[in-house]
Amino acid sequence: MPDDRITLGHGSGGLLTHELVRDVFRRALANPLLDPLDDGALLPDPGGPLALTTDGFVVSPLEFAGGNIGSLAINGTVNDLAVSGAHPRYIALAAILEEGLERALLERIVQSAAKAARAAGVVVVTGDTKVVERGKGDGVYLTTTGVGPLRAGFPRTDRGPEPGDVVLVSGPVGDHGAVILATRSGVSLETTLESDCAPVTDLVDALFAVDAVPLFLRDPTRGGLATLLCDLAEHGGCEVAVQEAQVPIRTATSTLCDIVGVDPLHLACEGRVVAVVSADRANAALDAWHGLPSGAQAQSIGELREAPAPRVVLHTRYGGARTLLRPTAELLPRIC
Amino acid sequence: MSDPFGPFRDPERLRGLTERLHRLTSERPLTFMHVCGTHENAIGRFGIRSLLPPWLRVIAGPGCPVCVCPPAEIDAAVRLATDHSVILATFGDMLRVPGRISLAQARARGADVRVVRGVHDAVRLAVDHPERQVVMLAVGFETTACTTAAAVLAGPPGNFSMILAHRLIPPAMHALLGLPALRLDGFLLPGHATAVTGTVDYETFATVSGLPASVAGFEPVDILWGLERLATLAVHGEVEVANAYARAVRPAGNLRAQQATDKAFEPMDAAWRGLGVIPASGLALRAPYHKLDALARFGLTLDPDLPECLPGCQCGSVMVGLTEPEVCPLFDKSCTPTSPRGPCMVSQEGTCHSRYVYRERRDA
Amino acid sequence: MCLAIPMQLTDIDGAQGTVNTGGVSCDVRLDLVETPRVGDYVLVHAGYAIAVLDEDEAAETLALLTEMGVLDNEAPA
Repeated sequence: MPDDRITLGHGSGGLLTHELVRDVFRRALANPLLDPLDDGALLPDPGGPLALTTDGFVVSPLEFAGGNIGSLAINGTVNDLAVSGAHPRYIALAAILEEGLERALLERIVQSAAKAARAAGVVVVTGDTKVVERGKGDGVYLTTTGVGPLRAGFPRTDRGPEPGDVVLVSGPVGDHGAVILATRSGVSLETTLESDCAPVTDLVDALFAVDAVPLFLRDPTRGGLATLLCDLAEHGGCEVAVQEAQVPIRTATSTLCDIVGVDPLHLACEGRVVAVVSADRANAALDAWHGLPSGAQAQSIGELREAPAPRVVLHTRYGGARTLLRPTAELLPRIC
Repeated sequence: MSDPFGPFRDPERLRGLTERLHRLTSERPLTFMHVCGTHENAIGRFGIRSLLPPWLRVIAGPGCPVCVCPPAEIDAAVRLATDHSVILATFGDMLRVPGRISLAQARARGADVRVVRGVHDAVRLAVDHPERQVVMLAVGFETTACTTAAAVLAGPPGNFSMILAHRLIPPAMHALLGLPALRLDGFLLPGHATAVTGTVDYETFATVSGLPASVAGFEPVDILWGLERLATLAVHGEVEVANAYARAVRPAGNLRAQQATDKAFEPMDAAWRGLGVIPASGLALRAPYHKLDALARFGLTLDPDLPECLPGCQCGSVMVGLTEPEVCPLFDKSCTPTSPRGPCMVSQEGTCHSRYVYRERRDA
Repeated sequence: MCLAIPMQLTDIDGAQGTVNTGGVSCDVRLDLVETPRVGDYVLVHAGYAIAVLDEDEAAETLALLTEMGVLDNEAPA
């Protein structure tokens, strides 16, 4: 009968560790590359350049509407590879567990990671498990490292983003951040919202399929769309002119932001892509996205313009315009 | 009212109001002051100033209760958290405003500081942790004061107490009349504070000051409607208080909320950070509720000698509308939201913070 | 001067209630409003309902603004 909670013994490297890895991790994640449970996974020759990415996941709460830390970790790393222009292939998963973590919760997290990996077409090929004393870890911390072969022709070598290029977003922004914020804002906020946590590989594939190879490609995670657009302006040394009315935001996200007093453009997404494409490919790119369930609400939100210094200008739906900056503070509910 | 927001955010209605405002003519430039951090935020967020005719200027007054909270009260809260191991409950805005140090800094050093959305959540902390003392740093204007009063009257548990730092707006407005350098032509009044207090005190103020005023809500259409009505009064030399937020504000206000405030608290002379003491501008617990006074319970006195702003900071002048943030030599140079030099830049509803984040572009 | 949001009362339980707008619902304290009814729109500030919105006044204001817009389009002010 397995223990119903993780103990320090599970991290000692002995029998308990072996059984935990076998019964929780390998059972859920099973694949030929993982199954030997060796110190390292032996990967086939990629035949070309690779992209490599790593991320730590410390989300609290561990489980939220639309996912948990497991699906978040897999999709987060898949998406970093996808927007780097790679085909996501192999993931390494390191878990730091806190003594006292409910085993059932760990199983849900790992099963969710496994399901996300299958949906994203990747395999978890190696991993590590450690246990820290109660009070020294927030339940579970995950680190995922991913690798995959680069597509040909990306990043583009002919030019970077420049005035005239169009900015596209694949769907409503801020849903993941809103779901986490709702849980953490200190009141019982029940929403119909779910995190947008999902792989973006098919959205990236679609751009290449219609020859709309992006000049700039990112996913708006921490810091939200505002941070991404500021990065874009600096990268291109130009102005990013955004039409506020064109930015897709779900009503529930917008209302939550009104209540808590934060800007939805500062909230993280975990399943969206922002792509800058040349004006002549914008319609084809949008059509391609609209043909995918994950891109049904894709929009063109702005364009790049000449400017003496990099800046992001938000044109409000009321005819005014203001500079959009990176978020300056920890997100907190306001009183006044 | 299937959509309480939508119609008051309608760009078409806004365009109509803007055109109507532009058709007013004024012989001289007019300056209106609002006294509400939420108004400044909304004006910035919706780009309202770029829609106004050139003869109309809207400036910010002492409308941010976080900015005007004296460092002494914050310092007392920090001392309670660090030296007396209380659970210190605070609104999020207050976290980074310094006394000697800020509550955020105290938390980083191990103090148990918790952000709450309202005083009721702080009371719930006290109920959930009967073995700990819970103290609420209660800041805010009349809008928030009535909620604190409700919590007082509901009879919180014995391990709950509060540092009362509420402030009242009409006394501050009267104090502004004593600044000869301030030339104003009218006031935009805070729609949510007046939903609680009603407009009687502001009618008195209009008579005393000879200046018109208009209550306004916080959506773009609400703000423009408030400004349009105020400008019409000012241009025609009429001294009245118009109500452009009738769906939320009745002349008598919310009597139940006023009664709660009056039962729990009495007015007292109070210090405003950067402005000095303003008579009858703060609230103190009435005798039956003295046991909820955290300062008395823990034997603390307020330190009157804490510096209010760092050298060079002009928040005091910004808060009374004598200096625009952009004119302050520190603004956007050594004073930014990530390295603020004064409360107006720390608080998300501070005038300088709003102006930094929502910088309007007239050339775009 | 305070962030307050109009939300619709969906449930009342003594001095406590539930409000909802745009797919978001939360708890609210009702100590400060007289005879609130399910279906009322209330202004929610710091977890308390501080006023009940008057739907007739809202409709009247909107009608007035619309009328002004129409009149102004037809003739100079």
